[in-house]
Amino acid sequence: MLKNFMAVEGWFGNKSKFQGSSAARSAAAVPDGVAVKCAKCSEILFAKEFEKSLKVCSKCGHHHRITAQERIDFTVDPGTFAEFATEIVSEDPLKFPKYRDKLEQAWSKIGRGDAFRVGRARIGGQSCVLGVSEFGFRGGSMGSATGEKISLALEVAIEENLPVVFFTSSGGARMEEGLISLMQMAKTSAMVAYLGSAGLPLIVVMCDPTVGGVPASYASLGDVILSEPGAVIGLAGQRVAAQAQTQKLPQNYQTAEWRQDHGQIDAVFPRRELPDAIGRLLALLHPSSVSVDLQMQSEATVATGGDL
Amino acid sequence: MSTGPHTVLDFERSLAELDKNIAAYTQLPESQDENRDGVIAELSSTRERLLKEIFGHLTPWDEVLLARHKDRPYSLDYIKVLFTDFFELHGDRLSGDDQAVVAGLARFNGRPVAIVAQQKGRDLKERQQRNFGYATPRGYRKALRVMKLAEKVGIPVITLVDTPGADPNVFSEELGISASIAMNLREMSVLKSPIVCAVIGEGGSGGALGLAVADRIMMMEHAIYSVIAPEGCAAIMDTFGRDPGRAPEAAAALRVTSKSAFDLNLIDTVVPEPIGGAHRDFETAAASLKQALEKALAEVTVLDTRALLRERHAKFRQMGQFRVEQFHGPSGNGTPA
Repeated sequence: MLKNFMAVEGWFGNKSKFQGSSAARSAAAVPDGVAVKCAKCSEILFAKEFEKSLKVCSKCGHHHRITAQERIDFTVDPGTFAEFATEIVSEDPLKFPKYRDKLEQAWSKIGRGDAFRVGRARIGGQSCVLGVSEFGFRGGSMGSATGEKISLALEVAIEENLPVVFFTSSGGARMEEGLISLMQMAKTSAMVAYLGSAGLPLIVVMCDPTVGGVPASYASLGDVILSEPGAVIGLAGQRVAAQAQTQKLPQNYQTAEWRQDHGQIDAVFPRRELPDAIGRLLALLHPSSVSVDLQMQSEATVATGGDL
Repeated sequence: MSTGPHTVLDFERSLAELDKNIAAYTQLPESQDENRDGVIAELSSTRERLLKEIFGHLTPWDEVLLARHKDRPYSLDYIKVLFTDFFELHGDRLSGDDQAVVAGLARFNGRPVAIVAQQKGRDLKERQQRNFGYATPRGYRKALRVMKLAEKVGIPVITLVDTPGADPNVFSEELGISASIAMNLREMSVLKSPIVCAVIGEGGSGGALGLAVADRIMMMEHAIYSVIAPEGCAAIMDTFGRDPGRAPEAAAALRVTSKSAFDLNLIDTVVPEPIGGAHRDFETAAASLKQALEKALAEVTVLDTRALLRERHAKFRQMGQFRVEQFHGPSGNGTPA
């Protein structure tokens, strides 16, 4: 499921990806690391400008995939991300061929234990528990460690009466952990039920791509679901869908905009506007999460409806 | 269900030959061949030996083929003999009725229960009608509606799982297939009725899980349960050369069998099947499933709602195999100590 979505980004600093291509020839005119090419429209962009625009192409508006660290940096109030549960790593319970090696590669490539990072944070002045997929780590796939970290994040939120914000970017359940991965869908969805019983909201931002077991579990259970322009969201990846289909796929199939047209997500925001949107939502959904002393507001958030 | 094996898997071929010979001899009048009974006895004992030999050494891929066997009993076959007074309920109350999911009320040992089951088709016409067992959002929503009804009136839910997977087509995406499965996972995890689930054939990924969040989960001995179809896994992983033809290897790596699921502590019970599989002796298979369902229901219906939900929560909360280790950050070598 993952491999469909491993789009190659046009980094000029990485020559190996451009050998023999026209991009490599045009790259020759530009020194390493100074310019990048838009993965969609192939526009040459100055790296500094590209960073400033949060890795959104200034010509076509394509939202490039970003790392979890970039997501955190782009989203939270500076210096407010306090990560926890960093030490949880997946086992290789099936002794799946080559999985141990792949995990080790991901560990050294990403420098983190798993494809999901969780912590306490503030967004737009509002306190929350934040979870962010790391797509670069095994395609952001959900294995045992991911399921456990998501569950812990939701438990911390319940314990501390905090709303939750998840950014998803995932190829789905992690195949190398077999049925155990599938069960992470049930485990995380059950925890979302408990969050709801505690009267706490979940905001999910489905980023490119959010496919397979992730939209089929906790990601679709957001009370509010946001996305970025062009993000692909779907149960079956487009290649699988294309194989199964007899008719042609609709235009923009499975994009965030298509999802919005079909009533499945609330809104699509450009990357730059997301922190503000999330902050406003948190303030509306969970007034006590703002760190000012407003007695009236905090009383209004006493958990209701939970009978568990 | 069918009266005899119409489909013969490769590893069943020698058995089918023997069956044919036994049938031929049985039809001979005794007067025509004095040795008839002796030959039949000999062939039958060879058959028994062969059955034990073949079914004692099934590979995971053999199990996949058995789980998908076209003569394998389907949900409605079991519903017919295990329940009385079955009253089928139709429609998701939103947009339509999905025939890949059969839902309704019935009696199990005289007690009312709700049934939610995935159903494949027996012949081509029925297969198309039931979308080859691929449930759409309408199916998952119908299932949830009936489970909510069970909760309201306080009766247990029995789910039977048998699907290659959730429907991947545009139609289902338009109706929100992902969300329909996710809703079931969430709602089933806190449903106040006891839920007992049996995977009777193919437990295909999220499409199966959408009916399988339960207090007791069992698998028929020759059922499979997997995060992805072995063919799909082989087709997209470099490990298998991206070759769907290497599905047998993927099936072994994914550990799709009932025994593996039990050993990994993900299911509660393996329901024994008669030797040779449920399709050779449906009555015995049905009796075996009945016994397992009775036992599971007895265990969970004695719990009060609070204990039931606490245990269900604990069951899924502990699923996963990870370790907690000091992890060197980005500047380190990136490998857990």
